[in-house]
Amino acid sequence: MSKTFSFRRFGMSFYFILLMLPIYWMVSMSVQPNEDILGSFQWFPSNFTLDNYRTIFTDSSWYSGYINSIQYTLMNTVFSLTVALPAAYAFSRYSFAGDNQLFFWLLTNRMAPPAVFLLPMFTLFQSFGILDTTLAVALAHMLFNVPLSVWILEGFISGIPRSIDETAAIDGYSFPRFFIRVLIPLIKSGIGVAAFFCFMFSWVELLFARTLTAAEAKPIAVTMTRTVGASGVDWGLLTAAGSLTLIPGVIVIWFVRKHIATGFALGRV
Amino acid sequence: MGLELQGITKAVSGEPWLYGIDVTFERGLNVLAGPTLAGKTTLMRIAAGLERPDDGKLILDGEDLTGVSVRKRDVAFVYQEFINYPSISVTKNIASPLVRSGDFSEQQIKDRVAELAELLKLGPYLDRLPGELSGGQKQRVAIARALAKKSKLLILDEPLANLDYKLREELREELEAVFTQEDAIVLYSTTEPQEALAFSSHTVIMNEGRILQMGPAITAYRQPGNATVARVFSDPPMNLIPAKQAGSQLVLTGAAKGPRPQHFHEIEISDLLIGIFPHQVKLERQSIDDFEVVGRVALAELTGSETFLHVQTESGRLVAQLSGVHTRPLDEEVRVYLPSTALFAFDSSTENLLRSPEVSDFAHG
Repeated sequence: MSKTFSFRRFGMSFYFILLMLPIYWMVSMSVQPNEDILGSFQWFPSNFTLDNYRTIFTDSSWYSGYINSIQYTLMNTVFSLTVALPAAYAFSRYSFAGDNQLFFWLLTNRMAPPAVFLLPMFTLFQSFGILDTTLAVALAHMLFNVPLSVWILEGFISGIPRSIDETAAIDGYSFPRFFIRVLIPLIKSGIGVAAFFCFMFSWVELLFARTLTAAEAKPIAVTMTRTVGASGVDWGLLTAAGSLTLIPGVIVIWFVRKHIATGFALGRV
Repeated sequence: MGLELQGITKAVSGEPWLYGIDVTFERGLNVLAGPTLAGKTTLMRIAAGLERPDDGKLILDGEDLTGVSVRKRDVAFVYQEFINYPSISVTKNIASPLVRSGDFSEQQIKDRVAELAELLKLGPYLDRLPGELSGGQKQRVAIARALAKKSKLLILDEPLANLDYKLREELREELEAVFTQEDAIVLYSTTEPQEALAFSSHTVIMNEGRILQMGPAITAYRQPGNATVARVFSDPPMNLIPAKQAGSQLVLTGAAKGPRPQHFHEIEISDLLIGIFPHQVKLERQSIDDFEVVGRVALAELTGSETFLHVQTESGRLVAQLSGVHTRPLDEEVRVYLPSTALFAFDSSTENLLRSPEVSDFAHG
């Protein structure tokens, strides 16, 4: 073992520890009773307890928050990709009047502060009578997830030679069949990457999720604010809920980690 | 009968790519030869139905196909790039046009795939994905898929251009055998005169969006209709030197004059363009009638067994294709000899062919 190698290993370990410390701290707090958290400083929990988690999994006002969040996040991912795939194909394959401008305009939607769109959406959803449903949140999140997905997928589709489209037409594939059987398998990575970003942005978004919901479709991030009460903050419960919100992200990253690397290599992420 | 193109024109963003092409392709192999940007690919894409002509008609066996969608046509197309469906196996790739057409039973499809795999030597690779094959094998898969449906019209756009020399020769010979078996109209494009000559079939020579000459490849080579064909359909291109006839003498610009070659008699025009194939240009005088040209060495390209000697002369650059290795310092004075029996004569104003050398002179070229 050379000196540089062990130094590098030390450096990486140090960096990793710094990176993981807040997460460790959160998880460690989530398995302690509140008195211990507020008491003296300790590296490891002395009175290990799963009470906080038990509360979350048994109290419906807690776990319904997770169900709501997962519901609108999944709905949003499916909707965004369904809309973005044909759009990305059109941007990639056809040139039409104002295509570049339209493409750029889509991206600028992401640049505007979400609050700008909040009020119009609120009144719009109200008149449709879908306020306080997960559908409302899923639709609202499409505002910034569709442009992003279109942009990512357009890059991947443009990487597929047009001759494949033509060969499929010559071989007798109808357009929808070509799209589903030939094109989609070829841009799996792109779809994985786009789905990952849709999921992540939708999962962590708070402003729309809070404003467009009241009681029925309350997302977990909003439920967590309940732990702040007149008697102070319920730290144990808050950190337990926080720890659980990490899990969907970890699962999604695990599935798309290879595709993310491809996406980076193609320069669109 | 056959594929008839009538007055096909095509412009891309205002720039004409095809100027009123009229041509009929019969059953069997038709070679489209010409340099890049000749319009071969555009013409083939129009013939396949991948693009619409701006004007003109496309008639296949008496049926007007202009404007009919490619999905409804009985056509197969092989690209220069190796195009296969990357996410399915070689077997499924070859079978896909048969499966899509819906006219074949599972057993028929199986038999046809086995037959094509045998024909194109793909047997050991049937379960692989196209990405796991070499370039030559990928193109074999593409060709097998194109043959699968037994289409009336089979189009191959420079299918061997992206392969190395050895593979190209091998696959070309195999393709020749395949094409003779097929009862289809085969269109095959190439930029290389040698490839067109090797196929020795009906050849259409194109340049800059126009058809220059049609007929057997060897005729186009031996009797190029005009100076452009001579340049385009020979590699390296034919040397062209302006010349004048004065009485019984022929005066090449920048060269010693000599007696008028035998086969030039009866030419009345005095301003000529003299052509000679690079392989006919010699470093030693062979006969008293040879024309001597003095110049300076501009470049000596070695290919191993041959040398391409580029000589800068008063009348432009001459290329001599010499057998053996001839290393010459740059800018050295050099004398090359043009045998009078090997000269072509073109009219200098119209560039049309006036006389070509006797065929026997090619034998010892």
